[in-house]
Amino acid sequence: MNNEQRKMPIYLDYSATTPVDPRVAEKMIPYITEDFGNPASRSHAYGWNAEKAVENARKEVALLVNADPREIVWTSGATESNNLAIKGASQFYSSKGKHIITCSTEHKAVIDAVREMERLGYDATYLTPEPNGLIDLEKFKAAIRPDTVLTTIMFVNNEIGVMQDIESIGNICRQNNIIFHVDAAQATGKVKIDLEKLPVDLMSFSAHKTYGPKGIGALFVRRKPRIRIEAQMHGGGHERGMRSGTLATHQIVGMGEAFRLAREEMDTENKRIYQLHQRLLNGLTEIEETYVNGDLGSRVPHNLNVSFNYVEGESLIMAIKEIAVSSGSACTSASLEPSYVLRALGRSDELAHSSIRFSIGRFTKESDIDFTIELVKQKIDRLRDLSPLWEMFKDGVDLEKVEWAEH
Amino acid sequence: MAYSNKVLDHYENPRNVGSLNKDDPNVGTGMVGAPACGDVMKLQIKVSDTGLIEDAKFKTYGCGSAIASSSLVTEWLKGKSIDEAAQIKNSAIAEELELPPVKIHCSVLAEDAIKAAVADFKSKKK
Repeated sequence: MNNEQRKMPIYLDYSATTPVDPRVAEKMIPYITEDFGNPASRSHAYGWNAEKAVENARKEVALLVNADPREIVWTSGATESNNLAIKGASQFYSSKGKHIITCSTEHKAVIDAVREMERLGYDATYLTPEPNGLIDLEKFKAAIRPDTVLTTIMFVNNEIGVMQDIESIGNICRQNNIIFHVDAAQATGKVKIDLEKLPVDLMSFSAHKTYGPKGIGALFVRRKPRIRIEAQMHGGGHERGMRSGTLATHQIVGMGEAFRLAREEMDTENKRIYQLHQRLLNGLTEIEETYVNGDLGSRVPHNLNVSFNYVEGESLIMAIKEIAVSSGSACTSASLEPSYVLRALGRSDELAHSSIRFSIGRFTKESDIDFTIELVKQKIDRLRDLSPLWEMFKDGVDLEKVEWAEH
Repeated sequence: MAYSNKVLDHYENPRNVGSLNKDDPNVGTGMVGAPACGDVMKLQIKVSDTGLIEDAKFKTYGCGSAIASSSLVTEWLKGKSIDEAAQIKNSAIAEELELPPVKIHCSVLAEDAIKAAVADFKSKKK
């Protein structure tokens, strides 16, 4: 990558998106220029070649998660997959009931799709996770009602990287005859997924979180036992009627290749990323009054979300502009709202405001981590020298007891 | 978000960072904002026997614009009488730093901090 010559910051925002692996990009190009055919064209070689490429990619996606290629439906990305699964399954099985269970720390693509079902007359329960970000299975069981039709829970959280116990949640769903959807956008290539064993009915995937292109994703729809969904997009009956629209061959080829590389390389890659994660964690937690958000055991090593107490998030982001990270605090958008995910964990506003998400990936080097640790240490020191809250903390003032002039 | 060069300058090189002795009868201290809202400003002024502000110090927890607003007002305060200081308007701060609409509250907070510091000083002199 030539980002060093371009004076771009070090990229540590892999949870937002990943670069397309050059090997993936190379595979995609011929399907834009030469084999440009419509995979639905049955009457000539252009169409046949495109169809062959699409089916090969479908096989690769299925292989990464140990599914049958016939269980893979192409979509435009995980947002569409989530919408198709949540709306499609709850509509198809509405005769069972109209209650949906999800969690308050889900991605907005899930939360907003569930909200839309509420608007259409469904009931929803938003589970509050434990302070470590994980769902208490007893609380989940307690939320189940006779009319619960669907549960939707994410595999790996995008903000804090914690991994839910998908197998146990799935087993509870099976016992209660509830359809189970899992948003796995942040899990592919990071966590071993075996859909032959996992009791999951529907699973959403995205290419661009796993070194594939943006604008392509897939939904796993189980065949045994067969799960049905109402289509949300009509027009031609592509993808066995579940999702109409001409297939984006080059994007699909890219997703297939990205998932093939993930399958072949994830064991080695994840060991390396775990080392980088430990290095970053050890370096950053040397800083006083630093809090890691999300469980440290049940997580992927690709994500580290840290709150630096007594330092405001936006000023910190501004101070560390040599690295590209994201702030849990959405201060930079005019809303001044701290992250809803961190608030759901019961983090105070201050800690939620001062959180930074570091996410590391395939092209992160050890020297990037070392640079980041030094930079953050130096800037935290500087901002704390500026912070009246730090001064009060050092003087032993209990900030909880101060009467603030809220504005 | 793009910050103006003036905000960046104050943020990178804040003026008059620090603390004065809050128990000094000639020092007025103003602390405004709340951690939950994402910004807290502490502004202190030291007033000479002739009634002029001879020193001003600040510490701010907040975004770059909040830090810049408080840094700027410490510069403006020095040499002013306390009555002149109390006349400083947030609009002047916002204009000088070219704050975008979403950051106007930072200048409001700086104005409040001046008023609070002046009020604290006056209450000590009663």
